[in-house]
Amino acid sequence: MISILLIAIAALFFTGIINKVKAKIGGRKMPSVFQPVYDLIRLFKKGAVYSNTTSIIFKIAPSVYLASVFTAMLFIPIGNLHSLLSFHGDFVFFTYLLGIGKFMMIIAAMDTGSGFEGMGANREALYSLLVEPAFFILAGSVALFTNNISFQELFLHLHMSSNLSIIIGIAAIYVLMYIAIVENSRLPVDDPKTHLELTMVHEVMVLDNSGFDLALIHLASWFKFSIYGAIISNFLIQVQWPVYVQILSFFFIQAVFAFTIGILESFRARNKMEKNPQWIIMLSAIAIVVFLTALIITNKIILH
Amino acid sequence: MQTDNILRIKNNSSVDLSEIIILSYEAFSEAAIQLLKEEQNHCVSYFAYRKENDLQFLMAVADDNHHDIAIISHLLKDGETQALESLTPAIFALHIFEREIHENFGVDFINHPWLKPVRFSHDRFNQNSTINNYPFYSIKSHELHEVGVGPIHAGVIEPGHFRFTCNGENVLHLEIQLGWQHRGVEPLFLKKNNLQRNLLAENIAGDTVIGHTWTFAQTMETLAGITVTEQTQMERALALELERMAIHTGDIGALCVDAAYHLGAQVFGILRTAIINFTQSWCGNRFGKSLIRLGGTYFPFTEELKQDLLQILARYEKQFLEMSHLTYRLPSVQNRFDFVGNITTQQARLLGTVGLSARMSQVVRDIRVSHPAYAYQRFPYETMVAEKGDVFARFLLKRKEIKRSIAWIRNLMEHFSFDASQTKKPVYNLRLKPNHFALSLTEGWRGEICHCALTDQNGALKHYKIKDPSMHNWKSLELSLRNLEISDFPINNKSYNLSYCGHDL
Repeated sequence: MISILLIAIAALFFTGIINKVKAKIGGRKMPSVFQPVYDLIRLFKKGAVYSNTTSIIFKIAPSVYLASVFTAMLFIPIGNLHSLLSFHGDFVFFTYLLGIGKFMMIIAAMDTGSGFEGMGANREALYSLLVEPAFFILAGSVALFTNNISFQELFLHLHMSSNLSIIIGIAAIYVLMYIAIVENSRLPVDDPKTHLELTMVHEVMVLDNSGFDLALIHLASWFKFSIYGAIISNFLIQVQWPVYVQILSFFFIQAVFAFTIGILESFRARNKMEKNPQWIIMLSAIAIVVFLTALIITNKIILH
Repeated sequence: MQTDNILRIKNNSSVDLSEIIILSYEAFSEAAIQLLKEEQNHCVSYFAYRKENDLQFLMAVADDNHHDIAIISHLLKDGETQALESLTPAIFALHIFEREIHENFGVDFINHPWLKPVRFSHDRFNQNSTINNYPFYSIKSHELHEVGVGPIHAGVIEPGHFRFTCNGENVLHLEIQLGWQHRGVEPLFLKKNNLQRNLLAENIAGDTVIGHTWTFAQTMETLAGITVTEQTQMERALALELERMAIHTGDIGALCVDAAYHLGAQVFGILRTAIINFTQSWCGNRFGKSLIRLGGTYFPFTEELKQDLLQILARYEKQFLEMSHLTYRLPSVQNRFDFVGNITTQQARLLGTVGLSARMSQVVRDIRVSHPAYAYQRFPYETMVAEKGDVFARFLLKRKEIKRSIAWIRNLMEHFSFDASQTKKPVYNLRLKPNHFALSLTEGWRGEICHCALTDQNGALKHYKIKDPSMHNWKSLELSLRNLEISDFPINNKSYNLSYCGHDL
């Protein structure tokens, strides 16, 4: 139960930290870390505007999206702090829960009948499709490595003891970080700050959402970021640590994660759209490295 | 028809209308084609105006090698059929001029590939042709779809409509339809007094204030037969180079925004501000409005301003070189800019692109070199080209031009001593030569700006014609998008940064 709270709290600061880092590096005056939260509160107070061409799908999509992300959040443990729900193979369930939310957003975008939104939905669907193998190969490898198939058990038994397992740790964190970036449409796949519809991926999909609905969508994507941050932190937090150290290090890792994204976004340009698929497939390739390492450690492949 | 006996004038000069030989249309088109098929020649202006009930055509062809401008003319009588054989199939660059004449006067150009409306001007011939019933170019297929962008544009850009015919993410064809910024500038010039005209010239295109105003001032001063002092000439050229630096810097910053390289965007934004703030400290307006006036200026350049400018330039140059080098060498920026929106030399020549859009594809076309005003004769400017004609080439060229402008300004500061007493106050009470035609060309930051003016027998303005470089270059943007991804459009558009209001007038 505590883990959900922790993830939710971390989510509130996440975007604020990224913005702050980017502003500092760009030499601008920094907005408050709470600015995104203020914006969210403002949006929650507003009503939503619906176009005449939209149907019920468009209206329920943001709620379904948030609900799916929230439910997915219930499966994430933090160190010793157990997740609310856990069963064998729950990481498959977790991925497709997120998938349902995304699916609803995509068909809601199609529902508006706008040329822009269809374009964005098309891109988002493609990138989600390409990023999926990376996550499954990674999760499968870690499952193989620890001999467990639920998030809870998986992380409880994850020990970075041998040299080879450190490779798993580093590669997994790298891949997860970029999966989070793709899933949340950040640089280099997408630019959340752009005003150019033709180059948008996620932003153009939610172009017609306003007020309360937009707030739900924002909240859901913050949770998503935080979920991936929590998964990453699980690779680093050791279960034998005292609980308060685990909680502190969880927040520390989330902050470092946000900080890293801020730095990455400040010093690079985005990809050309046509190079994105290639770039995302690269994540699967790295996940395969994790898989091979896991095979070696578990003696499924014997090196001479 | 020999092209030797054609009337040739210099840039910034006027000629009596009786000296312009009126040719038959056969001779006119033969002369035009003969002139324009030479690489050193390009058409700077081609327009028609009402002469009583007849329609007189005037074409000005600039010769870059001989540094002069050939003027040919044709008279279409009222009683004749209002249809002429189009020159576009032979010389494609003329398509836009013929479309404009067709729109304004209803003259049919036979065999013109597409007499598409230019801007739906208020005084157009066919009042039934409006944007609401304009048939956009379309390709019928189940696999293709259309994406319409604008005229209400993202950000604070001007309005224009872009219609993409796409196959998935790939653009097969882009059609641009402009005209939303049409204010009727040209007819307004005829109605106003000289001060009002001067103000109007400043507002033809808000980002090319110096370019257009200087061209206007040269045209009118030529017609009035007055010359401004040497110092004023230098000041105007200085202002033009400052404008070029400021806008190019802003453009590079905007390219960084589109590439999501926010660090670069912010630094270039700061640098641009340094330059336009200097212009403000000079004349009170960041874009140089009120600096250029007919016959003189209220804001002479002084030695104190010179010291300020040199200091600002020193600081600007250091930071600009550092940041632009960083941007240039950043792999992700190279990846984003390279191979996007390529225009070959052949295409550029065909389209008759001018200015930066020509030089990016190895076409040497620069008025400062080929038809220099006095300031550029005394302090020569060496032009340069880029090779590949893509977004990266445009970025590179802007960067190089800024560096060269700094060098030019330094040279001017070193060898010319400014003295406020050497300037004259503006004069608006001009007596224009009757029955004259004057033409002025200036290399603005976007490319060549051409203003033509004609007077009647009383010395009043009879016709005023403005040509912004964007007139030619919009077609280049359309072409450069073929077979690109639709997501490459914004960065491509930004790298051209063409004018909507300069085109719409």
